Amino acid sequence: MQKLLLLGDEALAQGAIDAGMSGIYAYPGTPSTEIMEYVQRSKVAAERNIHRQWSANEKTATEAALGMSYAGKRSMAAMKHVGLNVAADVFMNSAVTGVNGGMIVAVADDPSMHSSQNEQDSRYYGRFAMIPILEPSNQQEAYDMAYEGFELSEKYGLPVLIRITTRLSHSRSGVTTSPLKDQNKISYPADPIQFVLLPSNAKKRYQTLLVKQKANRDASAESKFNIYYDGDDKSLGIIACGIAYNYLMENFPEGKCPHPILKIGHYPMPFEKVKRFYESCEKILVLEEGYPMVEELLRGYLNKENKVSGRLNGVIPRSGELNPNIVATGLGKANGESFQIPDIVANRPPQLCAGCSHKDIYDALNETMKEFGEDQRVFSDIGCYTLGALPPFNSIHTCVDMGASITMAKGAADAGVRPSVAVIGDSTFTHSGMTALLDCVYENTPITVIISDNSTTAMTGGQTSEASGKLEEICTGLGVKPEHVRLLTPLPKYHDEMVKVLAEEMNYDGVSVVIPRRECIQTLSRSKKKQKMKEVTT
Amino acid sequence: MKSDIILAGVGGQGILSIAATIGMAAIENNLNLKQAEVHGMSQRGGAVQSHLRISDKEIASDLIPLGKADLIISVEPMESLRYVSYLSEEGWLVTNITPFINIPDYPETGELMNEIETFLHHIAINADEIARSVKSPRSSNMVMLGAASPFLDIPYDSLESGIKKIFGRKGEKIVQLNIEALKAGREFALEHKQATSPQKTPG
Repeated sequence: MQKLLLLGDEALAQGAIDAGMSGIYAYPGTPSTEIMEYVQRSKVAAERNIHRQWSANEKTATEAALGMSYAGKRSMAAMKHVGLNVAADVFMNSAVTGVNGGMIVAVADDPSMHSSQNEQDSRYYGRFAMIPILEPSNQQEAYDMAYEGFELSEKYGLPVLIRITTRLSHSRSGVTTSPLKDQNKISYPADPIQFVLLPSNAKKRYQTLLVKQKANRDASAESKFNIYYDGDDKSLGIIACGIAYNYLMENFPEGKCPHPILKIGHYPMPFEKVKRFYESCEKILVLEEGYPMVEELLRGYLNKENKVSGRLNGVIPRSGELNPNIVATGLGKANGESFQIPDIVANRPPQLCAGCSHKDIYDALNETMKEFGEDQRVFSDIGCYTLGALPPFNSIHTCVDMGASITMAKGAADAGVRPSVAVIGDSTFTHSGMTALLDCVYENTPITVIISDNSTTAMTGGQTSEASGKLEEICTGLGVKPEHVRLLTPLPKYHDEMVKVLAEEMNYDGVSVVIPRRECIQTLSRSKKKQKMKEVTT
Repeated sequence: MKSDIILAGVGGQGILSIAATIGMAAIENNLNLKQAEVHGMSQRGGAVQSHLRISDKEIASDLIPLGKADLIISVEPMESLRYVSYLSEEGWLVTNITPFINIPDYPETGELMNEIETFLHHIAINADEIARSVKSPRSSNMVMLGAASPFLDIPYDSLESGIKKIFGRKGEKIVQLNIEALKAGREFALEHKQATSPQKTPG
């Protein structure tokens, strides 16, 4: 038993390591990135040879995790909420195949969209797939849920979803660890066609999944993560899911809430407990991060009894993450006076670093686009370079999902837009842009794709990029003509040359790829520092 | 005891090393701790903050409620004001006065200082200059921690041993430079601390 100071993400990772996990697969994405990074730094993970390399995207990550589970070992796939959209195909079907070795899909949601395009709630995916969902309220539970989640997965033969949200992902606290378990040995599923989802077998497997639902409910009924705290004042009962429980208890400093509380950390919800709770309280307040899922279930479509409050009736704001003050307002408690923020405090939005290569590309791109007339639009993607949508650049006009820049530019080109231009990063390109480019090659769509290559996954902190060193080969391999794969060095002194090359390729009536390549200023200074440290110590 | 602290700065200024040092000191004193950080997009030159809570009792929320922070430690003057809604009536605002200007509409320094001075419980310190004066120009963060140390419910010695743990792997020289910076910040604060109570009325 060891006490460690860990982020919620790190607690998940440590719990998985201690539970005998044999491999983790992930693509970086805030707020989930630190799960994989922790395993990569872990000495125990290195000693045990736990697989801990980044994957090309969340789909390949989850498939590899499923493959490791097929081979009998415990595996984890980790991603941010929108990453689960990418992995949705394998995720949904892994519930139908079931698993062999325990498998956890750890998903970090980002309510309030601190670093995301939306605030979708992954619990809906868990319900959709009909698998157990665990949602920790604190770092210790994050550890315990990962530690015990594999057993749950193996017991019911289903993947387990662990849903965590930004604040817990990135908040640190003390965690007591449990004994380190052995890894599983290789073993195949007893039924050789368990994972063959041909219709004849898929129908059987789907029935098996439906039958397992009772076991899922029984497991949740007995779960130590669903706790019923009785209270004398039954005029109101409070259902608190995950981290919402902490915000609730913050409003009762001595830990004494007069109302009954049902703390939920394991779904499907414990039916008997919820029923008893609902019937014994006059009104119910539901506190949950993300969408009003539990609230909606309790109200029912017609909301006949009108006794449930939460995000749907405005007692809690419909969007955004919770905090102690929002919960206080929801409880009808007054928030005390607080100092006003002076008007002179200006917004300070994130921005591209001094010396960043993306800046030089946008300067050249803006000048080139001007040549084609007023009001030119550029399709773009997800990464640091998305900041090019803001002043002073205002260079790009879309950011939707990973890889969408190329395919959206294709659609626009098909609609007759000339030139049709996409800006995408190197890591985003190998995540989901390659098949998009193949679509363009297949039809010889007149499109110019700028792959702004900083040789890292920069926005999430400089993880390795699978594209590094092979972008030209990938593009020509997909069928882009070698003379239309153009390499540039994005520096102010090459500005004119960049403008010239961009204009040439935009005027070409076919698929062209321009690759401005210069290493991320952050990873560069880090590797220089490391080098310096080495020189000092040797 | 409890200390609820907001750490403020601009992405890349390294407020997390302050948090880590206080965290180490808290652990040495067997205190409970929760520390919420900002990762991701805002780290690119945007406003960043960290909520650090220390207590001898169990801590519920990872976030500090409005009006409940005992201390704001800011490594940048405008950023210190961004979070004053968290500061309690008796709380202290401890800020570096060296501005980090990466936006076009950054306010006038004079106006900024006037606003900071409306908080009678404030320490405004030129941490960059003090760090240079003790020949540790890269340790302005530790100057700030030193300036905040009189208002922390943690023994000062524990902060020094926190520094030893955090910076130990970088060598004894780095540890000493950071400790010098810590001391210099603390001395400044002890000289300039004039408790007035209550400092001003919130609202």
